[in-house]
Parts: sequence; C-alpha cells; structure tokens
Amino acid sequence: MSIDDLVEAVLSGKRRALARVITLIENEDPKADKILSALYKHTGKAHVIGVTGPPGSGKSTIVTRMTAEFRRRSKTVGIICVDPSSPFTGGALLGDRIRMQEHTLDREVFVRSMGTRGHLGGLSRATSDAVRVIDAFGKDIIIVETVGTGQSEVDVVELAHTVIVTDVPGSGDDIQAIKAGIMEIADIFVVNKKDLPGADKKVTEINAMLDIDPNMGMWRPPVILTNANTGEGIPELVDKIEEHMRFLVETGLLKKKGLERSKEELEQLMKYKLTRELLMKLQGTPEYEEAIQKIAERIADPYTVAERLILDFLVKFRE
Amino acid sequence: MNSSKKIRVLIAKPGLDGHDRGAKVVARALRDAGMEVIYTGLRQTPEMIVESALQEDVDCIGLSILSGAHMALFPRVMELLRKEGANDILVVGGGIIPEDDIPELKKAGIAEIFGPGTPLEDIVEYIRTHVKK
Repeated sequence: MSIDDLVEAVLSGKRRALARVITLIENEDPKADKILSALYKHTGKAHVIGVTGPPGSGKSTIVTRMTAEFRRRSKTVGIICVDPSSPFTGGALLGDRIRMQEHTLDREVFVRSMGTRGHLGGLSRATSDAVRVIDAFGKDIIIVETVGTGQSEVDVVELAHTVIVTDVPGSGDDIQAIKAGIMEIADIFVVNKKDLPGADKKVTEINAMLDIDPNMGMWRPPVILTNANTGEGIPELVDKIEEHMRFLVETGLLKKKGLERSKEELEQLMKYKLTRELLMKLQGTPEYEEAIQKIAERIADPYTVAERLILDFLVKFRE
Repeated sequence: MNSSKKIRVLIAKPGLDGHDRGAKVVARALRDAGMEVIYTGLRQTPEMIVESALQEDVDCIGLSILSGAHMALFPRVMELLRKEGANDILVVGGGIIPEDDIPELKKAGIAEIFGPGTPLEDIVEYIRTHVKK
C-alpha cells in the first residue's frame, strides 16, 4: 500500500491499516514520518490514560475492566500494552492480551502489544506515535499500559492526560510512599487487590503522603480501592478519570499542557533529526575516525572535538 | 534503518484443551531467537485468533492443539484469514496431530506441522526463512 492509501485507510477506520502503520513506526520505516505528518491534523481528540505500577499489581486486569466500563458508557477504546524486550536477544514475550480476551471480538476496541525494544522509562520509543495513530483512527479513549515499573519509569507522564498509578497492599512501608519518582506522577492512585490484608493501611499511607505534599495543586489525586478480579471499584475509578478530564478542561490546564508538550516534542524531534543528520555526515569519514583515535589516546579531548565538529557542521550547513 | 525490523509471532491455543506447556516452550524459544511473541492464552476461537493476529500485525501464527479438533479449527482459521485478505500471514501448527491428517491440513493452507519431539531450532529456522518480509 502507498503512503496515501495507508493514511486514507486509517482515517476511514480500517483496523489492518492501523496495525500496519504501527508496525512501520516500530520498525522506524522512512514511510512512518510521512504518514504521521499526514495524520497529525486529525489527532488531539482522544483522552489518553496511562496506567503504570509494579509488575503483578493488576494493571492488565484493571485496564480490561476499565475498558468494559468505558464501553458501557458508549466510548470506543484503543489499548497499547508495553512489555519488556530482552536486552540480550531483542526478543519479547508479550502477554498482556491474555487478560483482555473478552474485548477481542469487540470492533470498537483495538489492542496492540509492544516490546520496549531497548528503550528505558516504561514505554517504547514508538509508543507516543502509536497513540497518535490510534487517535487519528478515531478512538475516544486510549489506554497505555506501561511495563511493570519500579520507582523511576515516568515516561508515561509525557503522553497521558491522566496517569493512574497502581499499587497493592503490603508493598513496602510509608517511606516508599514519600520517595521521589513514580509516586509523584499520579493523577489517580489505585490500591488493587483490596481483599488482601493491609489495603486500608496502604490507602492511609498514600493519603498521608499527599497531606504533606507542598506542591499540591487544585487537583488532589484520589486514592481508589479496587478488586480488579471482581470489578469492585472500577466504576468509581472511571468516574474519577472522567472528572479529571473535566478538571483539565475547566482549569485550562489541558491547553497549557498541550503547549508544553508541543514544545517538548518539537525540541526532541529537532535534536533527534539534527543528531542523525550530523552522524550520517561524519560516521565513516577518516577525519571522524582519527578524532576518535586521538580522544582514546588522550591527544585530544572529547569536549573540544565535539564543539569543533558541530561548528563545522553548522558552518557548512549555512553555505 | 530496516535493521530494527522484528518478526512478530502470535502463539494461539484454539479449542478446549487446557494444556499450554508446549505452546509456552515454543513461545520462549522464539523469544530467545529475538522474535516478538504475543501469547493470547487458552481456549481461543478461530475468530479471536484471526482478530488478534490482525491487530498485532503478526508475520506468523503458531497454532497449538492437543484436543483432536484440528481438522475443524485449523482450516477455519485459514478461511477467516482469507476472508480478511490476510493470507500472507504464515500459519504453522503443532501438538498432537496424526500423520494422516497432515496432507489435508497443508492443502487447507497450513504451511507446516511440528509434532512432538521437533527440535526447537527447526521451528525457529522454519519461521525465520518462511515469513514474508
């Protein structure tokens, strides 16, 4: 299929075209940029929800239940589940679909599994662009499930409007709750497996952490108890998600965040393209190899060499 | 920049038997060979398998079955793939499948059947050389 055909097929709701475009993005195919640029004006409509938390805290089950609840509310849903790729072989076992089988035959739900492919931070490099394509495809809600996270995989905050951090009873003491990192990015906390002992204590610990947060804005993250296996607490969770979106719209935060994100994205993209351009020019040239050799032998230093190479590049670029 | 192309495989268990040890061993071997393996769990209908394969844009589907219903379920998967225009996806099978059934399954479009005792390297190699890239 040509680029135009693929764009057209995505916009007219062909799910195989959507799947194919996500693959092109994942494979860093040169066609992907052109497709994304054609789709861009059709994006920005979906509510993007990030779900993150430690492995085994019930993320996939919560996502499945949330999806069922959104479907009851007549919303269409796209889901991206990220699982780790092996740092040794690059292979991956993507198993989040196992919990999501009830939605497989629902045409209004689209599920895609992704390996991290060497990217740290809880997502893959392709995730944000994949979200964009699903957005253009027309899903109302896009849920991004990160890999099982530890303490500092906070990439999801860059692409989600609403971040849900999941935890379970009995996972560490109250000091864990005041550590920096993942505990700071939540718009909504979910304490799942509420039937296990210690659930109320966990809620208290998170609330105590929020009580002493000096940066608390107008939105205080609610803490919701769920049992994702039975579905308990899920309607309340979805209520809060919708409330959070209303909050973002009413306070103007949505617009503000949108601007910040566009700036961040433009800068990232320029950095990436510039670096790629620069390296394509340099790599393999005798001058470049010689410079590396000199740095290794301590004849030259990398700080000076980097500056000189960049300056040369910019001067040539001007001509 | 095509170095980042990865072979994606859906490992699926059609039918009603609850034994997925073999499917998991194969999934693991493919993972270790650098492929991205999507495992969907037990008791999948052909419709669910084909829908998952489309959404995940896989290059290959591996069907594992021990219940004896392969003559009904495998051809049904092929038929649905054809209906979706997705018969470029390589489909292989494994599990307990009598020799006598194999010619008919191949006629239905299953590319290869891997019975018990097949070395894992053979499966990896077969998929690597036969997916349409």
